[in-house]
Amino acid sequence: MHTSMIHTRGLARHFTVRKQTIKAVRGLDLCVESGELVALLGPNGAGKSTTLRMLTTLLPPTAGTAHVAGHDVTSNQRDVRRRIGYIGQGNGAGHSQRGRDELISQGRAYGMSASTARARAAELSASLDLDNVVDRVVSSLSGGQRRRLDIALGLIHAPELLFLDEPSTGLDPQNRANLQEHIRRLRAEHGTTIVLTTHYLDEADQLAERVIVIDHGRIIADDTPARLKADHAGDRITLTFGHTDDARRAIACSAGIAAGAQIGQTGATVAIQADGGAQLAPKLMRSLDESGIDVASVEVARPTLDDVFLNLTGRSLREDTSVAATTHEPDTAVAQEVNA
Amino acid sequence: MSTTLITDTITVFSRELRPVLRDPFSVIFSMVQPLFFLALFAPLLPDAVGGESALQWFVPGIILMSCLFGTSATGANLLSEIMTGSHERMLVSPLRRPALIMGRALKEIVPTLAQAVVIVAATIPFGFRLHLMGAVVGLLLLALLGVGLGALSYTLALACKNQEWMFWAVQQTLVFPLLLLAGMLLPIDDGPGWLRTLSRLNPLTYVVDAERALFTGDLASTAVGRGVLAAALVAALGLLVGTRAMRRAVA
Repeated sequence: MHTSMIHTRGLARHFTVRKQTIKAVRGLDLCVESGELVALLGPNGAGKSTTLRMLTTLLPPTAGTAHVAGHDVTSNQRDVRRRIGYIGQGNGAGHSQRGRDELISQGRAYGMSASTARARAAELSASLDLDNVVDRVVSSLSGGQRRRLDIALGLIHAPELLFLDEPSTGLDPQNRANLQEHIRRLRAEHGTTIVLTTHYLDEADQLAERVIVIDHGRIIADDTPARLKADHAGDRITLTFGHTDDARRAIACSAGIAAGAQIGQTGATVAIQADGGAQLAPKLMRSLDESGIDVASVEVARPTLDDVFLNLTGRSLREDTSVAATTHEPDTAVAQEVNA
Repeated sequence: MSTTLITDTITVFSRELRPVLRDPFSVIFSMVQPLFFLALFAPLLPDAVGGESALQWFVPGIILMSCLFGTSATGANLLSEIMTGSHERMLVSPLRRPALIMGRALKEIVPTLAQAVVIVAATIPFGFRLHLMGAVVGLLLLALLGVGLGALSYTLALACKNQEWMFWAVQQTLVFPLLLLAGMLLPIDDGPGWLRTLSRLNPLTYVVDAERALFTGDLASTAVGRGVLAAALVAALGLLVGTRAMRRAVA
């Protein structure tokens, strides 16, 4: 039948809240091949987690079909469950349990013998740097330690397909980097197919080879991060002037040089979005100089996935985070988000 | 290697039991109230009821009370796992849905029996007498009821999902009428007709009566038969609705 690791047709999920139907996922056609590393990117409420819940048998679809690891998620749930690993948003380990006990139980749940489960628990706690805490009660572990334990639980049976739902939410930058390293290693060493959801732009950008942008329950873009940026967003040149008047004059001057570019002004700052920003910037500088406009500073930035999302939807992905997405400073904004 | 319903149930059962064995004090915790009743209520009882020490009548009621308090609250453990995420993790695992409820409910046997043994041991020095064979059967009956009540408590937790207050509101609203209407603390026989009718509708009434008969060694009485039937019905109902709720459990 389907040789793909994930294959969905018209997958949809509706919720009824106070007699109102909310279409969380609307007809998803998705195909993920064995060995891919895919990120589902979208703002909160876009339908990423609902999609993941359907693919992991946690939620029955309202319509459509989904085959995961060769089996139908509605008619053949246990075969799907045996083959997949899932690391949810919460803590997989019970708070009153000890880490090692949970790992062994998890192994037993997947049909391992007691000794195999014990060996596998030891192996995973060593590779995830949990040796010192795995025999402690879970409630006494730090957030990062619990997250690593969650990953160990999800990997106990060495699944061929691993789902991670917002894996780095609540982690500090160092733990996020560690997590991403584990995911890469898993992929490199075992060829595991990995599907993760995220609303962190840099995470999708750095980690995934394929980014599926989801908004309002639909796939609005699906490609490598590089191609998405090339197709849907240009470089961004940010010019800062001493006076708002200079900025206004600069727009008139720039429009002639950067034909077809998007130009916007915020106070004394002008943002120009165009292809080939690095070549355009010197031309702009010369032209502004000739017009007698003093440029206080110039910055050329490569596009981010947020620019892609902005161009596709007219909204910023960062609106749902604590960072106000009004100014066009992609790099610093992302850095703030990481530290938030 | 393949799993079966039995191995799945054992996996869930032993996972649930581990924290209890590691921290036996948690078992004592739900016994605090029954022990208070025993210490502060028993001295108020008349010396004898129907020619026997009043303890013969009172202690089986307290044992059942301890079972009722412990097992009806046990859903809170599942509720907390629903909220933290470990329930979701287990739902994605291939564990069979009935095993998720059966393993949990069967674990209730351990604290239930431990509590009963503590209460019996504490009352023997004060004149409580037990018939050994009857007591063993009485404990088995108690275990059966504990499984049923535990399953119902887990079902309530699944129904309440993320609303902890609702779980406790329903649990508290049900526990005390069930307790009083079963005649655990005071005899119902002399009460008004409506109270006796309600009492007859309460399955716990039959289990209390059966326990009283069993601890005095009256194994062949009809009360025992009725008690076993009532406990079996509670257990069957609990596991049935619990399995249904677990099958429908979506995270």
